[in-house]
Amino acid sequence: MSQAGLVKKLIPQTNEFERMPVPEAHLKGSKSFLGMFLGEHTAGTEFVIGPLFVAHGVGAVDLILGLVIGNLLAVLSWGLVTAPIATAKRMTLYYQLERITGKNLVRWYNLVNALMFCFLAGSMIAVSATAVGIPFDLKMPSLNDWLPQTFGWVITVFLMGAVITFVAIQGYNQVSKFANIMSPWMILVFLAAGIVGLSQLGVTSFESLGTIAQEIIWNGIPLPGMSRFSIWHIIFFAWFCNMAMHIGMSDLTILRYAKNWTSGFTVFAGLFLGHFIAWIASGILYASFLQANSGSQEFAPGQIAYQTLGIAGAVCVIIAGWTTANPTIYRAGLALQGIFPKVPTWKITSIVGIITSLAACFPALVMKLLDFVAIYGLLLMPMGAVIFADFYLAKKIGFRAEACLANKTNFNFPAFLSWVVTLVFCLGLNQIYGVEIFFLGLPGWFLAVLIFITLSKIYYPIKNPSST
Amino acid sequence: MKNVLKIGSYLGLILTIIPPLLFFYGKLDLKTMNLWLGIGMILWMITAPFWINAAKEAE
Repeated sequence: MSQAGLVKKLIPQTNEFERMPVPEAHLKGSKSFLGMFLGEHTAGTEFVIGPLFVAHGVGAVDLILGLVIGNLLAVLSWGLVTAPIATAKRMTLYYQLERITGKNLVRWYNLVNALMFCFLAGSMIAVSATAVGIPFDLKMPSLNDWLPQTFGWVITVFLMGAVITFVAIQGYNQVSKFANIMSPWMILVFLAAGIVGLSQLGVTSFESLGTIAQEIIWNGIPLPGMSRFSIWHIIFFAWFCNMAMHIGMSDLTILRYAKNWTSGFTVFAGLFLGHFIAWIASGILYASFLQANSGSQEFAPGQIAYQTLGIAGAVCVIIAGWTTANPTIYRAGLALQGIFPKVPTWKITSIVGIITSLAACFPALVMKLLDFVAIYGLLLMPMGAVIFADFYLAKKIGFRAEACLANKTNFNFPAFLSWVVTLVFCLGLNQIYGVEIFFLGLPGWFLAVLIFITLSKIYYPIKNPSST
Repeated sequence: MKNVLKIGSYLGLILTIIPPLLFFYGKLDLKTMNLWLGIGMILWMITAPFWINAAKEAE
C-alpha cells in the first residue's frame, strides 16, 4: 500500500461541520450524550479533586450538601443556558463566536482556549501516567513536584500522548464510542474503591459509617498548609469547575449534534456519578491511603488506586484520564481550526497532541489542578456571556445580533472590552479584596453581560427593528 | 453470539462490584478480591466493545 493510501486508511477524512450548521441526518439522540457525559465527567481529575477536598478539611455534611446543590446548579446551567443555544444555532463555539465578535478577536480567544484545553488534557495524561508507570517502578511525583523528575516519566507521558491523540484524530464518533464502552465499568470501579476504602478505614455498619465519615475522612481539619473549605467552596467548585463548558459555552460544539435541547439535561447522570459518587469515593480512597502511609507526601492517583484495587484500580485511572483527555484534545483541535481553517483537522489535532504531551511532563499541572481549573474557566467565561447576551438579549435590548457577520467586519469592540474588563475586575477582586478564585465566576459573568449589552447598544444599535 | 458477549460483559460488571462487597463483609481477603476485580475487568474489555456501540448505532 502506498504511503498516501496508508495515511488515508489510518486517518479517515472526517467532516465535523466546523463552519456550517450540523445537518439533520447527523443529529444524535439523548443516549449518545449520556455516554459522552458519563465518560467525560468520570475522569482522571476525579482521582485528584476528591482527595483535595479531604486535604482541605471540609466537613462531611458540608461536602454532601454542597455537592448536591452545586451539581444541580451546573445541570441547570447546561440544560437551560447552553443546550437551547446549541440546538438553535447548531454551530461550533468558535464559528458562533466568529459571527458575533469577528475573526480577529476570535483568533485570540481560540488560541487561549486551545492552550487551556492542552494543559487540561495534559493533566489527564499525567494522572494516567501515575498508573502506567507502576509496573516499571517509575518514581512517582509528590505534592511539591513541579518539574519532571525522571526520563522514564517523560517517555511514559509521550507514549500515552501519542495513542490518545491518534484516537482523537478519528473525530467525535470515535471519542463517543470509546467513552460509551468504558463508562459503565469505570463507574463501578469508583464504587468499588469507596466500598473497599470504607472497609479499610474500619466501617462495619451504617452507624460507624457516619462516625468515620465525620471523624476520620471529612473531619473538618485541613492538612498542614491547606486552607479550610466550607460548604460555599464546595457549592461553587461543583458548579463552576466546568464553567468553560456550560456558561462559557464550550459545549455548544458537542450539543449542536443534539436532536432536542433537553439533551443538555443528560449531563445530570455524568455529574452525579462523576462529580458526586466518584469525588466521594476517591476521597475515601485517599483517606485510607493516608491512614496506611502516614506522613506520605506522594500524590499519585494510580499508585493510590493500585494499593486498594490492584490492577483493575490502576487500569481505571488510565482509562479515566483517557476518556477526558480525548474529547479535550478534540476540542482543542477545533479551537485551532478556527485560526487555521484550511489545515485539515487531523494535522491540527496532531499538533495539539504534541503540545499536550509536552505539558503533561510537568506534575505541577496535577498538584495545582484546583487553581488551574478555576483560572481556565474564568479566562473563557466572558465570551460565553457574550454569546448568551447576543442570543437572548439582542432583540430585547435593541442591538444587532451576530454583529460582525451582519456588518461584514472582523472586530467587535464591545465583546473585546467585555472580555478584558471582566478579567481585570476578577483579578482586582482576587488581589485587592482577597476573594477566592472559586467565587469570581458569578459576578464576572453578570459584569460581562452588562458591559456587552451596554456597548453593543451604542456601537450596533438597531435603527429599524423590522430590519432584524 | 451477541447475547453471549452481553452475558460476558454483565458478568464482568458483576465481578467488579460483588467482590468489594464480599471484602466489606469480611468474606474475601484483599488479594483474592483484587484477582476477581482483574478477571471482571478483562471480561468487560474483551466483550463490551463488540456490542455496546453496535447497539447505539442501531437506535
